[in-house]
Amino acid sequence: MIMRITITLLMVALLVLGIVSWADYEFWLMAPSPSHYTWWWPEEMSTLGQRVDNLFWLILVMVTVMFVITMGALILAIWKFSAKREDKAVFIHGSHKLELLWTAIPAAMLLVIAFSQMSTFAAMQFDSSMQDEDGHDLPVLCEIWGSQFDWRFRYPGKDGRFGTNDDFESAYELVMPMRDTEKDQDKKMVVFLLRSRDVLHSFFVPHLRFKRDAVPGMTQRIWMAVDDEQMAEIMGGREDKTFDIICAELCGWGHYKMSGRVRVLPDAEYEAWVEEMTALQFGNS
Amino acid sequence: MSDTHASNARPGMGEAGTTRTSHEHHELGFIRKYIFSTDHKVIGIQFMLLGLVFFVLGGLFAMAIRYQLAWPWESMPVIGDLLFPNTGQAITPEFYTMLFTMHGTIMIFFVIIPLLTGAFGNFLIPLMIGAPDMAFPKLNMFGFWAMIPAIFCVLMSFHQPGGGPAAGWTAYPTLSTIESAAPGSVSAQTWWLLALTWVGVSSMMGAVNYVTTIVKMRAPGMTMFRMPLTVWALWIAALLQLFALPVLTAASLMQVSDRVLHSGFFTPTNLVINQLNPEGAGAAAGGQPLLWQHLFWFYSHPAVYIMVVPAMGLASDILSVHARKPIFGYKPMVYSMSSIAGLGFIVWGHHMFASGMNPALGMTFMVATMMIALPSAIKVFNWLGTLWGARIQLTTPMLFILGFIAMFIIGGLSGIWMAATPVDIYIHDTYIIVAHFHYVVFAGSVFAIFAAIYHWFPKMFGRVMNETLGKIHFVGSFIFTNGVFYMMHQLGMAGLMRRTADPYDYETYAHLQPLNVFITISAFCLFVWQIFFVWNFFHSMFWGKRVGRNPWNACSLEWEAPSPPGHGNFDHALRVHRGPYEYASPDVEEDFFAQTREVESK
Amino acid sequence: MTTAITSYDPAVDAPEHHHPVYDYDSGPPVDRGKFAIWVFLGTEIMFFTGLIGTYIVLRAGSPEWPNPAHRLAVGITAFNTFVLICSSATVVAGLFAVQKDDMAGLRKWWGLSILLGAGFVGIQVYEYVHLIQHNMTPNQDLFWSTFYLMTGLHGLHVIVGVIWLAVVYVKALRGGFSSKNWVGLELAGLYWHFVDLVWVLLFTLIYLM
Ligand code: HEA
Ligand code: HEA
Ligand code: CUA
Ligand SMILES: [Cu+2]
Repeated sequence: MIMRITITLLMVALLVLGIVSWADYEFWLMAPSPSHYTWWWPEEMSTLGQRVDNLFWLILVMVTVMFVITMGALILAIWKFSAKREDKAVFIHGSHKLELLWTAIPAAMLLVIAFSQMSTFAAMQFDSSMQDEDGHDLPVLCEIWGSQFDWRFRYPGKDGRFGTNDDFESAYELVMPMRDTEKDQDKKMVVFLLRSRDVLHSFFVPHLRFKRDAVPGMTQRIWMAVDDEQMAEIMGGREDKTFDIICAELCGWGHYKMSGRVRVLPDAEYEAWVEEMTALQFGNS
Repeated sequence: MSDTHASNARPGMGEAGTTRTSHEHHELGFIRKYIFSTDHKVIGIQFMLLGLVFFVLGGLFAMAIRYQLAWPWESMPVIGDLLFPNTGQAITPEFYTMLFTMHGTIMIFFVIIPLLTGAFGNFLIPLMIGAPDMAFPKLNMFGFWAMIPAIFCVLMSFHQPGGGPAAGWTAYPTLSTIESAAPGSVSAQTWWLLALTWVGVSSMMGAVNYVTTIVKMRAPGMTMFRMPLTVWALWIAALLQLFALPVLTAASLMQVSDRVLHSGFFTPTNLVINQLNPEGAGAAAGGQPLLWQHLFWFYSHPAVYIMVVPAMGLASDILSVHARKPIFGYKPMVYSMSSIAGLGFIVWGHHMFASGMNPALGMTFMVATMMIALPSAIKVFNWLGTLWGARIQLTTPMLFILGFIAMFIIGGLSGIWMAATPVDIYIHDTYIIVAHFHYVVFAGSVFAIFAAIYHWFPKMFGRVMNETLGKIHFVGSFIFTNGVFYMMHQLGMAGLMRRTADPYDYETYAHLQPLNVFITISAFCLFVWQIFFVWNFFHSMFWGKRVGRNPWNACSLEWEAPSPPGHGNFDHALRVHRGPYEYASPDVEEDFFAQTREVESK
Repeated sequence: MTTAITSYDPAVDAPEHHHPVYDYDSGPPVDRGKFAIWVFLGTEIMFFTGLIGTYIVLRAGSPEWPNPAHRLAVGITAFNTFVLICSSATVVAGLFAVQKDDMAGLRKWWGLSILLGAGFVGIQVYEYVHLIQHNMTPNQDLFWSTFYLMTGLHGLHVIVGVIWLAVVYVKALRGGFSSKNWVGLELAGLYWHFVDLVWVLLFTLIYLM
């Protein structure tokens, strides 16, 4: 008896807890938050990002179909066949035709997914995607250095070469030129060198759907682009037109605060910024 | 389906290939019987208790993680004073890294693997194939006792000056190999690696034993294709362990060597860590950090299938018994498990799409990963086929298995996004990954383990667990599990990455806190809800209702033995005449046709 | 026809004081122990595959790799390799002897194998001591890192092998084997051959290439 009462009390307590938290959840949904941040992806600002999103949606559709079919069958089967029937179940050990069917259909779906992503992946990671028509590598905008626990960006300065004395460094903020949708072709990317001084980090910019580990001992060419039209559409009305850089690979106790910002500027403003940084550089020394 | 003729007993191996009974009689002392036992059933139960105790520990770590994510740096009420007297009763960033490292390590190496292959592997294999014990009972005992140094090392690693290992359960160098990179885990990381090595030794001993036992010790008439799917699954998992684990052991030893002897396997040139250059401090360099990732995932991807294939086997058996219907597509089930295992060796790179590995390799791994979803799909559809036209008994084990199937589907389907490389590059290391693997590992494997405990408890202890409590346990667990892990997909979509002590430091994530609070409350409820299980488990062990040999009216051999089986398992001669899933057979009056029953037809 | 849980009946369900004798075998017609040892050697192969794979990747990824002949005493180790190969041969000779019930022969060959195995370990220890005295330790560069880990882990296998051979040898002295019962010897022998074979591979890779 005492057992029963204890259990009942416990259950009630837990259920109340559960319900309260669910109810609270409704409340939070309505709580004010910056309207451009949702529980969904941050808006993408590049054509490449858009292609990733499209792939995501394609998979979402396929997976939802499969989810509905399998869960539907599961629930239907439980509902239909758990009646307290007295006769025996159907005596059957399998079916060749069905096996073929449910091997072939998922196989076809998986192949569609596999093939439809290849070109996007190539655009993200194969070197040929950041070369000009003649197969020459595009110039490097800056070196991105990760170290415990900050991001540094080393620009080659006006001569475009690293290791000369007009190099300058920007801490925390990565400044890059925008892609002019009218002028530049789709292929023109902004190229960076990604490096790490100490442990693994990962250079993650959610708004650009970009992520790559910075591996100590390795120098990687990476590329991104921000399109002016998309940028204007999404960021147009905002005061602060920068967005987060996040370290996405565990790099030690300070991993959670290894942040940075990206600032994207139209060409003219970018040039002005380089000018300003150079002046600062020589002013200091 | 009444192929009663085949017996594969070989000539010269016992009279007419049957078993005889003898009347010799042993009495063993308490120590020999329960502590240093060579009896596979006792060893199985030892593994089970070990796994469950560590489950509580791993669960507590998870609760601490959840507390921090909902209310970062806030002092803990009541227990804060006790745990963190020096930091204002709150978790520190270093401690947070240690928390999830140990949570992941304990859950995988000390909970799921010991429970699935250790507990059920040991308990069920000999009983289900009709053998008196494992092929090498002593080796089996050593297999369990090799867990003791493992436990010692893992506990040591949490008690080192400065703190515990803090490089994640994946232990990527150079964070894990260079002491100045994670000052908190100077000797702890080394202990951690040694713990892994000992777990490896234990698993290897177990696996050699399982493979041999299943091949050599099946009862007369028990052909490979008459074995229950659980046995198939455990056999396949044992092979996975045999061929994947040694590579991790080798890699761990390399990492130990990097830490202790300052060799340079994973240390590249020109590092500067905490103003310190390892080369300048006398360590070798020129190594490759990515090499560890390849070696680690070469083991750890197969390991995720070690964590699910046995669960799939348990699920198939329990499903068929409680659906009172033969398993649909027995052979396709076997083949799909085998191909999961085979393909499992060539997909490890899907954990490394964003790692800077050669993109051509990435493409190959992507295609292989897509392929491996196929056998899982076949299994899901065959389970559904089993349910169709069945006479479903909604007992507690059945409820947990239905939960397993439903949530394995969710976890598996989210794997498809990850296999798609460009999408993975966005979601890699975000909470979508955390959601994915908790669905397959907690909502999947752990639910199957719960089901298996409820289902085989009568065989282990001769008593059944309470059904009402069991159902209560299921309903709450099901709801709260989804409350915890479904919502993590949402976090991941917003880009929140894992292993962050305080996500709200970033503008992008600041608005996600309420969602995390919700997850945390669900997680606390989930944890507390397990009281129903713990109570039921211990109460039933001593005071549960006593049952006979075959409480579920099942066909397979373990139900022929007394409950609990005595020393040597069976008290009568065995001869197997048919497969393990002859439920609803028209050949007999009852709705189950036991594997050993002599009747040919009505 | 429902599957209610059947009740407990002590007359049927209490464990009885007898249990079956199992004298059948369902597997391929090899000894159980031999089957298991092959499975075990499979895991050992993977272990050394991991090590050798690492060596190849690191070496291929290094801008330059020292010529082993300049760093190691290849001659001595070649001799050591010869010693190990001989020990494999003497193990086989011992097995032939026991098959003919030639116990003296078994003792002789097996004793020689143990000595040769121990000799191998001795020479390796000598090599290590010498190298370490000249400051050639694993923290010098990748060559030494891989050298010590690979030969060291192999050396551990040799030590285990010698102990195993010795245990079996003691059993042989006590008359534990005959022409009808020599599986125990064969198991130790299989392991020993494996350790030898791996050494030949390691020697070629590390010392000669
Ligand atoms: C039991 C454990 C388990 C299981 C079974 C799986 C199953 C799968 N996993 Fe998962 N995985 C983990 C445990 C597991 N995983 C863990 C622990 C990690 C993270 C490790 C870490 O970083 O800490 C991880 C991470 C992980 C990654 C790396 C993500 C990243 O870090 O960026 C990837 C990428 O491809 C992946 C893919 C898959 C796939 C494709 C499957 C497939 O096998 C799933 C197949 C199943 C289905 C698809 C569902 C059923 C099928 C149908 C209903 C039919 C129809 C379906 C279609 C046609 C689509 N997993
Ligand atoms: C098998 C594996 C497993 C299991 C079961 C769990 C269970 C849980 N995990 Fe964990 N998790 C991992 C494996 C697992 N996890 C891994 C590998 C990582 C990655 C680590 C890394 O990044 O390095 C991780 C990381 C991880 C994170 C991310 C941390 C981060 O990246 O910052 C979070 C966050 O919420 C989390 C939460 C939880 C929760 C709430 C549970 C809950 O489901 C827990 C609930 C627990 C219980 C309910 C226990 C109750 C006890 C019993 C029922 C036993 C009864 C006892 C007796 C009868 C004696 N886990
Ligand atoms: Cu840098 Cu995480
Ligand atoms: Cu994987």
